[in-house]
Amino acid sequence: MNRRGWRYALTVAVFLLPSLVPLTLYTLIPMAGSLWTSLHEWDLISEMRWVGLDNYAELIGDPGTRAAFLHTLSFIAGYLPLVYVGGLGLAVLLNRPMRGRSLLRGVYFLPVITSWVVVALMWKWLLNPAGGIVNWALGLIGVSGPGWWTDPAWAMPSIIIATAWKDLGFVMIILLAGLQAIPREYQEAAMVDGATAWRRFRHITLPLLSPSTFFVIVISLINGFQVFDQVQIMTGGGPGGATQVVVSQIYDLTFRYGRAGAASALSWLLFALVLLVTIVQIRGQRRWVTYG
Amino acid sequence: MTRHRTIATAAVAVALLASACSQGSATRSATGEDGKVTLRYFTFSAAPDHLKDLETIEKAFEKENPKVDVVVETSPFDEYFTKLQTSIAGGTAPDTFELNYENFVTYADSGTLLDLGAAGAGDDTSVYSPASLDAFKHGGKQYALPASFSTVVLFYNKDLFDKAGVAPPTADWTWAEEQEAARKLTDKKNGVYGDFQPVTFFEFYKTLKQAGGEFLSADGKKAAFDSPQGLKAARWLVDKVGTTMPTEAEIGGTADYDTNLFKSGKLAMWHNGIWQFAGLKDVPFEWDVVVEPGDASKASAVFYNAVAASATTRHGKEAYAWARFLSASDVAATTRIASSWELPPVSDQQVLSGYLKDPKPANRQAVFDSLESIALPPVVKRQQEMQDVVTEQLGEAVAGRVAVEEALKTAAADVDALLS
Repeated sequence: MNRRGWRYALTVAVFLLPSLVPLTLYTLIPMAGSLWTSLHEWDLISEMRWVGLDNYAELIGDPGTRAAFLHTLSFIAGYLPLVYVGGLGLAVLLNRPMRGRSLLRGVYFLPVITSWVVVALMWKWLLNPAGGIVNWALGLIGVSGPGWWTDPAWAMPSIIIATAWKDLGFVMIILLAGLQAIPREYQEAAMVDGATAWRRFRHITLPLLSPSTFFVIVISLINGFQVFDQVQIMTGGGPGGATQVVVSQIYDLTFRYGRAGAASALSWLLFALVLLVTIVQIRGQRRWVTYG
Repeated sequence: MTRHRTIATAAVAVALLASACSQGSATRSATGEDGKVTLRYFTFSAAPDHLKDLETIEKAFEKENPKVDVVVETSPFDEYFTKLQTSIAGGTAPDTFELNYENFVTYADSGTLLDLGAAGAGDDTSVYSPASLDAFKHGGKQYALPASFSTVVLFYNKDLFDKAGVAPPTADWTWAEEQEAARKLTDKKNGVYGDFQPVTFFEFYKTLKQAGGEFLSADGKKAAFDSPQGLKAARWLVDKVGTTMPTEAEIGGTADYDTNLFKSGKLAMWHNGIWQFAGLKDVPFEWDVVVEPGDASKASAVFYNAVAASATTRHGKEAYAWARFLSASDVAATTRIASSWELPPVSDQQVLSGYLKDPKPANRQAVFDSLESIALPPVVKRQQEMQDVVTEQLGEAVAGRVAVEEALKTAAADVDALLS
């Protein structure tokens, strides 16, 4: 490289520093640390003891790990369709000219910027099986509401509802931006050709929205795999372990059971799964995402 | 702007960011100006009701040891051990900290505790009651000094008993009498409950002993609570929920639900520790305590707390002096007694008798009576996991998802697996 080339590289490096320094300090180094920890047995207070890959072997054979992954996947299976369809519906609705549109957009976005602690506590109260508003309202129309977070069958749906409610605004805002980027001419041309509203939505809006959809699904999936705050506050993994997700398991292993090594190993298993799913998505997008 | 200046500006920005980060790092204890030693003490038992009392002890210590400045840090019990572990792992362990009997073995085993026996060699230990001193020995070494102990008794709201025309509890009560009274006193329409006893590991090992059972086999290698006595104890707890005691849904995850229920005069009987005395000073009704009713025999839970010092402290001498003062000094003992904090683990009965002078609750003698037959928690290496599996299975039985027999069988198998 000549002098100019080096100077250019140096300039680039300096501009990268502000993000490279925190990335190294707070992400890369801790990641390397957790990889190292995952090869040890460590209760945070004693000396680390080398165990090689034992933590991984034990986790893979442990029914608790399998249950945690299953619970996480069942969360995603409920959450992802709900938040996407709901967010899309809102985006389409709020893309039309109507009174109070900006206010409504703001209202739906508000939960996104609200703290999870507040939202989780609020939903815990709304869904309280004894005297919660939701069951009271259901009672008015003659439906006896379920036990929500005290019933293992309903605890995960409770968390899914709360999470979808909170994240709806995020999906809405991204899709709304995507909708507004679709040129009017396409819709108008289709209208001239006599296409129905549904066909225009299906064959023009959805394909042209696919880059935004792709982004939203990647982000929501990753968030779904990392679900924790709301679980910790609403159910604490219960009842009877029915909502014990992977990150709850990581937390419990570290801070309740003094098994930071196993917890680190589990973090890496989760990372591997998220990475795999994301790679599959990026490969798969060629088939359904239309750019331009 | 020239390119050089751009680079310089960016570099300054990075430097600013870095310095902002380093500001946030934990401050380590050190020898400050005028040679004063700062000694950190981390505790769960002082907040929120006894911060002033701890300050009294601290001030007296600092008067005797003018070169030491004790800095108190508190945390609620629920988060205490998470914070303690993290600070030890992060190399910012407090110089001295509180430990309870259940967690002592884990810490003593890990090599994080200073040998206080060596630090205070030659000091007279006869001020401590021998049983409490022994509770904090591990491998022949005194890794912590007993600072306080407390027992669990049955609190009752006299006014509610009077209003319902039910005779108040006595020391002779058994479960049967408690149950009968609880039924009569429960008035769900008005939100009044007869009884409150959490269905958890901590209540279970004790009621198990009351029923005449054992938690672990004699060699400590197997669970022994899947027995007729275990079944009786578990049923005793489980059957309360929803009949004489609120359900999980009614509690709704509210912190201190039972404390507030009792304070608001809507709970007739409450199984809780004597650390609650001070908080009940000003409630607008009459209340008292008795030794917990038993079944086959009486058995009361006793909890020991101790002061330990970090093996990494740079002020071992001062740490020992503080631990000793906090656990054995007259100031500490009398402060604990006068404020109805937990009891000091002293051997001198004269000091303890001061505890009876406080008029409320009237039957303070019950606290000492409860010591005649005690139940100590079983302690194993994987303590928290054991506590959690037992509590979880009892919870399953409470929710009616499994039969009590089934829950005990599962819990016993889980505990066996933890012990193997």
